[in-house]
Parts: sequence; C-alpha cells; structure tokens
Amino acid sequence: MDKLIAQYTRSSHQNEFYSEQEQHDLTESHPPLSLKFSLPPIDDSRAFLRAMTDDHSNPSCPIKLAHGTTTLAFRFQGGIIVATDSRATAGNWIASQTVKKVIPVSRLSRGEDKPTDAPTPGLLGTMAGGAADCQYWLRYLSQQCTLHEIRHKRRITVAAASKILANLTYGYKGYGLSMGTMLAGMTPQEGPALYYIDSDGTRLPGNLFCVGSGQTFAYGVLDANYRYDLSEEEALELGRRSILAAMHRDAYSGGFINLYHVKEEGWVHHGFNDMNPIFWKTKLEKGEFSNVTSEL
Amino acid sequence: MSSPFDINGGACVAMVGKDCVAIACDLRLGMQALTVSNNFPKLFNFGPSTFLGLTGLATDVSTVSDLFRYKVNMYRLREERNIAPQTLANLVSSSLYEKRFGPFFVSPVVAGVNYTTGKPFICGFDSIGCIDFAKDFIVSGTASEQLFGTCEGLWEPDMSPDDLFETISQALLSAVDRDALSGWGAQVYIIEKDKVTKRLLKGRQD
Repeated sequence: MDKLIAQYTRSSHQNEFYSEQEQHDLTESHPPLSLKFSLPPIDDSRAFLRAMTDDHSNPSCPIKLAHGTTTLAFRFQGGIIVATDSRATAGNWIASQTVKKVIPVSRLSRGEDKPTDAPTPGLLGTMAGGAADCQYWLRYLSQQCTLHEIRHKRRITVAAASKILANLTYGYKGYGLSMGTMLAGMTPQEGPALYYIDSDGTRLPGNLFCVGSGQTFAYGVLDANYRYDLSEEEALELGRRSILAAMHRDAYSGGFINLYHVKEEGWVHHGFNDMNPIFWKTKLEKGEFSNVTSEL
Repeated sequence: MSSPFDINGGACVAMVGKDCVAIACDLRLGMQALTVSNNFPKLFNFGPSTFLGLTGLATDVSTVSDLFRYKVNMYRLREERNIAPQTLANLVSSSLYEKRFGPFFVSPVVAGVNYTTGKPFICGFDSIGCIDFAKDFIVSGTASEQLFGTCEGLWEPDMSPDDLFETISQALLSAVDRDALSGWGAQVYIIEKDKVTKRLLKGRQD
C-alpha cells in the first residue's frame, strides 16, 4: 500500500519549473497552423473560391455569405469601450437583426452566461465580414488562449493572442477568408490593449478603430467627440451614439446596440438594446437627426 | 454593377378592400448602402381618387412621374374630366411600351376607385408595360418578395377602410424591416369613393 501511495505522490514544488523535456514539448507540440480543410479539387482553388463567394468583385456570385456590419472599439482613461450593431445581411436580404458580434475569447467565461454584474476576466473579439469565418476563428483563438493559460499558468497577453490570429489569417491569405476583427483586453503586463486584425493579415495596435460597412459613419461621430480622458459614462454614450449614426445611414447596419466595457478586472456587458426607441429618444429629446420627418 | 432596380431601393404596395383601396410606399432614397434621403415619397396623385406608385431607379421615378403628370393634364384638358384608374393603367402600359428597347427602370403600381362605377381598381406593371391585374394586392420594389409574404399572410377580402389601413401598414412595415434597401418611414393613402386619407408611418430608422 505504501508503495502504491509513493508511486502517486510527489512533493508540492516538484513541478514548479519545466524540465528540459517539458520545455521542448511545450514549444514543439503546437498544432500545425494549416488545419486540414478540404479545398475544391481544381488547379487554382483560390481563384475558384473567390469567384464563387466574393460578392464585392462579383455581385452575382452564387454563394452569398452573411456580411455588413458596424463595429467599433476605443481606448480611454477608464479602459476600452467595445460596441457593435446586430444586423446580418445576405445581399439585400436582412438575415438576422439579433446577431451577437462581440465574442468573449476566454476560457474563464465559457459556459458562464448567467447574468452577473461582476466583470468577467478575459479578452473580447468583435466580428465583421463573414459570420462563419469570424465565429470559427475566434473560437479557435479561444482554444489557443486556453491552452496558453494551461501551459504557462497565466493569461495570454492581447499582443500574443492577436498575433496568433494574424499569423493564421496571413496563412490563409488569398483563400477568400473575410474578417475584420478587433481584440480588446486588459492584462497586468500591457494595461488596456486594443488590436485590429483582418483577413489580409494586417495586425495593428491602436487607440480607436471602426470596422465594417458602416465604419465611416461611426468614425465621423467618434472622431468628433473622442478624448482620452472621457469619463466612463461619456465613453459608453459616445460608443452608443457612434453605432446609432452608422445604423441610421448604412443600409447594412442596424438592429440592436451591443455595448461592452473592458476594465482591469475584466469585461462588463452594458446591454443589447433595440436601436428604435433609442433613435426616437435621441431625435425628439436632443433634437438630433433633424433630417428625419416625424410628421406629415 | 448591380441592377438599376436595386441601386436606390424602395418598396410599394396596393391593396383592395370593400369599396376602397389603399396604396403605400416607403420613404428611403439611397445610393447602394448609403441612405441619402428619408423623405422620398413614391406615390403620385393623378385625380381625386387615382394614384400611381413608382419604385425602381430614382431618376426614372422622377422622370416618369413628371411625364405622366404632363400626359394626364393633357388628357384632362382634352376630355374635360378626370382620368379613371383603368384609363391611367392603359396610358401607363402604352407609354412604357414606347420605350420597349430602352426602358425606364421602374415598376409602377396603379390604385384608385372608379368615380363612375364606384369600384376599386388596382394593377401593377413590369418596366415595359405588361399589366398585372389583381383582385387582392400588388407589390413592387426591392422588398417585393417580403411583401408577397406579408400580403399573402395578412390580406383578406372585403376589409373596411380602417382594417385595410391596419393591414397594409403592417404588411409594408414588416416587409421593409427585412429589406436593407427600403424602409426609413412610410406613407399610406386610403382611397374611398369621395374621400382620401393620407397617413405617415413612423418606421424603424435603420
């Protein structure tokens, strides 16, 4: 019996550091970046995929993917604000008005959807472009971040997480992936950090980004009113107002305003609210949107 | 290059009730994704109880409505009476076919109550003038597929003017809320033999 116990017992600090073998395993055991996706069995599969799915260069392409979005994120004194619309379109058809375009990228927040006011630790990713591409690769990123957490016993930095995604999109460059993503998070090493990653392989750190078909409208409001020393209240309102402007002018944005605030302890959700009552309140109480007729 | 019918966006619907008709349109004018105006009505009046709805390319909507204003004014001077909806339908049809090999990019809808018979009348057209007579409803514009669905679901025979207003409003608003290129408010006309009621619908502004 003693022998058996001894076999499964080790001193509590025995595994504090990695052995040479373990370090080797850690660096070498990453899954290969080229996951095995089947490609069309023809000479130039890239050109074929582009012809079939890219409705920007070919509006009558036979496979229409969900598109159209406004998302924004900006850094300020109190952390990072992340805001999105909720519309998904396939051509002119509005496929959904209730898409959740902010995706938590964190093991700790998984399966923990019960409403709570306490901040949830981890990163946030936003979704613009192909809905399936964003959902799949942010889930993949989530997996990689969790593995990182287990291997290194600490949370991944936003810089590292964004680089995983950027290397990935660069690896598939030309194969027709369509995504414009922002990663926002706060780590002890970096403080509040915000990165823009897209399907061309671009990866940019920055203070303020808007992504999607409504980005120009959102930039218009955001640039005009943005300051780094915004209060939390002002920052949330600015995020909301910028998305509202984009929803109004951009045909492919609309639905609900999804608002998040990333703080030191994690992110806090500030509601998923229908734009319609917010729009009429903004118009009638503040006198904005005077271009809209409200009487005959 | 996208279809000229889908550049500016817009939707129009007409419905028959008991001794009344209704015609409604959205108010959007856009350039592809960009909404330019929220106040671009697509319904035009051509007599005490005769209306023409025009969807499609906005420049042709303006041109065609002006053309028919001229033609209907000439008709009224010559005949010394108002034009009947049936007559307007034939005028629209033959005028559009004149442009058979270079058509206007519009999908017109005619709705009215005939002032001699008192009977409601609606019809729709393709861009080169083929008339589509209907006993129930006519739809046109970028949300036409959605409008077919809502109208098939909501329309019933012999509705009163109030019921007809409710039905056409719900049909139009529900349809344009599923179309990216139309919406942003709507206008409804309820046409009875000797009364026309105009209403503005506050639609979603996204």
